[in-house]
Amino acid sequence: MKAFRHWLTMTEPTWSTAHYPPIDYQNIIYYSAPKSLKDRPKSLDDIDPALLRTYEKLGVPLKEREMLAGVAVDAVFDSVSVGTTFKEKLSELGIIFGSFSDAVREHPDLVQQYLGSVVPYTDNFFATLNSAVFSDGSFCYIPPGVRCPMELSTYFRINAKDTGQFERTLIIADRGAYVSYLEGCTAPMRDENQLHAAVVELVALDNARIKYSTVQNWYPGDKEGKGGIYNFVTTRGDCRGANSHISWTQVETGSAITWKYPSCILRGDNAIGEFHSVALTNNRQKADTGSKMIHIGRNTRSTIVSKGISAGYGQNAYRGLVKVLKSAEGARNYTQCDSVLLGDQSGAHTFPYIEVKNPTARVEHEASTSRIGEDQLFYCRQRGISAEDAVSMIVNGFCKDVFKELPMEFAVEAQKLMSVSLEGSVG
Amino acid sequence: MLEIRNLQVSVDSKPILRGLDLTVKAGEVHAIMGPNGSGKSTLAQVLAGRETFRVTGGEVRYQGRDLLSLAPEERAREGLFLAFQYPVEIPGVSNVYLLKAALNNIRRHRGLPELDAIEFLSLIKQKMKWMDMSDDLLYRSVNEGFSGGEKKRNEILQMALLEPTLAILDETDSGLDIDALQIVAGGINALRSPERAMILVTHYQRLLNYVVPDVIHVLSQGRIVKSGGKELALELEQHGYSALGDAPIKGNMIANGGLAL
Repeated sequence: MKAFRHWLTMTEPTWSTAHYPPIDYQNIIYYSAPKSLKDRPKSLDDIDPALLRTYEKLGVPLKEREMLAGVAVDAVFDSVSVGTTFKEKLSELGIIFGSFSDAVREHPDLVQQYLGSVVPYTDNFFATLNSAVFSDGSFCYIPPGVRCPMELSTYFRINAKDTGQFERTLIIADRGAYVSYLEGCTAPMRDENQLHAAVVELVALDNARIKYSTVQNWYPGDKEGKGGIYNFVTTRGDCRGANSHISWTQVETGSAITWKYPSCILRGDNAIGEFHSVALTNNRQKADTGSKMIHIGRNTRSTIVSKGISAGYGQNAYRGLVKVLKSAEGARNYTQCDSVLLGDQSGAHTFPYIEVKNPTARVEHEASTSRIGEDQLFYCRQRGISAEDAVSMIVNGFCKDVFKELPMEFAVEAQKLMSVSLEGSVG
Repeated sequence: MLEIRNLQVSVDSKPILRGLDLTVKAGEVHAIMGPNGSGKSTLAQVLAGRETFRVTGGEVRYQGRDLLSLAPEERAREGLFLAFQYPVEIPGVSNVYLLKAALNNIRRHRGLPELDAIEFLSLIKQKMKWMDMSDDLLYRSVNEGFSGGEKKRNEILQMALLEPTLAILDETDSGLDIDALQIVAGGINALRSPERAMILVTHYQRLLNYVVPDVIHVLSQGRIVKSGGKELALELEQHGYSALGDAPIKGNMIANGGLAL
């Protein structure tokens, strides 16, 4: 409730290049636990055929397709039992991984200690909204010295999907721990919700490493931009301990509008922050994404690699901040932003902010914008490759630096996803 | 195999080809020579289907079909190959990936089974050895950071791999040193066959010392102004394009060393 009162005093941010009609916050269903069955589509026949074709191309199993499309499936879902098996294995190592509500019940001390310590409830408009109303999410704790043996993924708990709107994720890697966490889903979720304002908090203590990968493909709306999700997420990592290391990798292809700036607070000495991003906008989509790297500790290092692809009327903006505080002796940052444009109606924008308060810091910024060359396309087609395949080949090549940061199977899916998302973007 | 009738092409409403006629039969090698700006490269690109050029008149028949109605990739799958004058760089896409995708697209079109990674690698490595290319070029991004000679060899490698019916080589000899020229010429000669036709677009005579054409055409101001046997190249070398009467040359070709060996 504290957060809610604070939220009432705030105004919506208006600084972005993205424009959207005012959101009626009263009209949003804040808690949408299992929707009533009669509101749901009865079967796959009621679903937008374009969506089904996409599932088909991505090779999503039929059962999963039904579930993703929001069809009331009465089958017992396998992932529950699979999830349990994994859970046992993880708990042997002392790893806590589960829903937020379970964590609040079973580990209230950890939750109290860390929740809101990276993203305070006063942080920003949407984070405050999330803090006021969040219903559930994921919680993960890796004890000291433990290397999590598998990629943790929200896939395991996919049955909790209806809580996704104001999801809260909190991941803590204790001293010397390692975890790789995968968020999201490559199949577009059909969802009536207007607004997604999730918050992700990561905490890495001494010598700990967190790798957080996202592939996000929320429903982007139709060709005219009707419908579609507003994805306004606050994601931040705190490299609290010395030699800690947090890397964000994201592939954003969905949503009507995306605002997302996975950030790192490099507090511990020698801490490393990384951000690797691919954002694709097609039709009327808008993405405004980037990263903040706050250098506080000595010899902290950060890398930002951002790849933006705009097709159709899509608009893509990189917005980033590299801030080196007085205390950050010997800090280094390297930022690289590349944009590629398809067609003549799309746009790319870059807004880098750099604040350096320590003279020993080294900050580099490189940016490029190019059009997918008509010559590149022609070259591929002259070799017998169709225009559509050629575009996806060229775009995937452009994104290679980021895809190689993704876990193997995610990278493969991300590539397929790029091809599907670009469909129809060449004549 | 290829019949071009009264072909007219313009770019930005400026006419480049002004009624070009050319017939090429299977098994023949034709050379098209001419000064800068005469329309040689335009012809090569129009045949391959480049959309920046507008065909304003005439027709092109390839193996009895209307070539101009086909998309570039359909022409390629029907066996038309263009070796680019300036091979294009594609960052992040490995050469081996492009080559395999190209070959399998064409094989599929011909009703042949696609090659898997292992079959493909053994085939391509054998062809590369033959072109005196090192294996690491397979894993580098397409043409990125390739030297001029490596790029041109890569084009001939692709030709050898894709086994086209009609190959158009656009200034494949330019920018090559003598060793590279001999390798490239050797590659071209090895691919000569009774079923395959080739069109060599070239500015210089020197490639024709190694690849002897059946017919030489001189292109000037968008038309073929003279055709003849291989002796025509030598004649041109001695007297320059301006000696051909109705072909005034912009600038001085010979003074620029344009026809030097």
